Amino acid sequence: MSKVLANLKYAASHEWMLLNADGSVTVGITDHAQEALGDLVFVELPDVGAHFDAEKEIAVVESVKAAADVYAPIAGTVTEVNQAAAEAPESVNQDAYSAWLFKMTPDNVADLDKMLDAAAYQALAE
Amino acid sequence: MLKKTVLNAAHRAMNARMVDFGGWDMPVNYGSQIEEHHAVRNDCGMFDVSHMCPVDVVGADCRAFLSRLVANDVAKLKVSGKALYAAMLNEAGGVIDDLIIYFLTDTRFRIVVNAGTAEKDLAWMQAKVAEWKLDVSITQRRDGANNLGIIAVQGPNARAKVWEVLPQTKAATQGLKAFFGADVDQYFIASTGYTGEDGYEIMLPAGEAEALWNALNKAGVAPCGLGARDTLRLEAGMNLYGQDMDETVSPLDAGLAWTVSLNTDRDFVGKPALTAAGQQKQFLGLILLDKGVLRGHQQIITKQGNGEITSGSFSPTLQQSIALARLPLGVQIGDEVEVDIRGKLLKAKVTKPVFARNGKAVI
Repeated sequence: MSKVLANLKYAASHEWMLLNADGSVTVGITDHAQEALGDLVFVELPDVGAHFDAEKEIAVVESVKAAADVYAPIAGTVTEVNQAAAEAPESVNQDAYSAWLFKMTPDNVADLDKMLDAAAYQALAE
Repeated sequence: MLKKTVLNAAHRAMNARMVDFGGWDMPVNYGSQIEEHHAVRNDCGMFDVSHMCPVDVVGADCRAFLSRLVANDVAKLKVSGKALYAAMLNEAGGVIDDLIIYFLTDTRFRIVVNAGTAEKDLAWMQAKVAEWKLDVSITQRRDGANNLGIIAVQGPNARAKVWEVLPQTKAATQGLKAFFGADVDQYFIASTGYTGEDGYEIMLPAGEAEALWNALNKAGVAPCGLGARDTLRLEAGMNLYGQDMDETVSPLDAGLAWTVSLNTDRDFVGKPALTAAGQQKQFLGLILLDKGVLRGHQQIITKQGNGEITSGSFSPTLQQSIALARLPLGVQIGDEVEVDIRGKLLKAKVTKPVFARNGKAVI
């Protein structure tokens, strides 16, 4: 049974989002996603400063088994990437909610309200 | 509706992650496929391969039949129990399937064919028996009455673990050299496998498979899924049907020339086509020098023209990405080439198509 955290928002494409106090949003892949992919061995992160529309391919995570695209859950500009996750992809398997992938400044922070809450995502992931 | 092996409930009880594998509900891992991979290289692991199909070939004309059916030469099978890896070709010289033939007696052979190709293989064999008017009966042993389960126990400690659980089989199997099989009571135990490690593949009445599986697990044998099986065979440089070759690919272009016996006057299906076409491509390995993961169907750019990856993944033993690839003639081992991964050209080195066997890297 995969883990879902109540304080996060979720995209149907299996990314989680955390709204930070400074208005930025931290993004990673969900526990369900890491479990489905299996042992991760490669993470490709976006360039800082790049802008992405919602639902555009923004990063790649590869397990031994397969490559999977990570999508920008909402439109925004990348402000920071987590190099530690790229250097140790297995950290995403160990705890998908602490091994974040990137932070972005949303074009419109209200876009977050349209995302799934924990209960809705849990229902979708089952 | 997915097909299930006799071990399906046992996999679920061990918390396997199940996937649709060519219409079969099979375990891809039991947690970590990398840990399962290392268990086989360093200790002992077991795989449910009951989706593969044993086929019994019985009758006075067995040898004449098999001699024409496959590209390798069953005349090499002189000692009872000896196994032969062979490709079954169509008239165009493409690979219908790759299979293992066990020689038991001159009137009784056992073949094991791939899961996804079993139906077409059986139809092809039956058609050839009729066409050639031979005294041979073909009986599949995967489904229905008298069906068999197959458990592959692989790794440096595999033999010891099997003898611990099935001590009555030790006397008959401890002398088995690589690539032999032996009937022992209700078991057929073979020193074959798909990992590059020592071990046994055990065929047994399907109804007994779950008890053996659980007994092996209790003895410390790690259950391993198809994920680890794929990275183990890739490191060992063993072809996977449907990826590295299929009905459109000549065995000579898939690294299987060593299994094709062309230099005798023996006739076999596909021989005229192979002789006419010769080798068009070479089948070699790649190690990715940049960061990323090689995958099937990625394009390779070389000075001699383009090639294509047929199987690629991450090698847990080498801790680098590796691949098997079809490359133009003239490319040399040691050459640096480029691989197109999502539009980026990454550097890779051409290698022999074998990366790790018997617990360690060989490259």
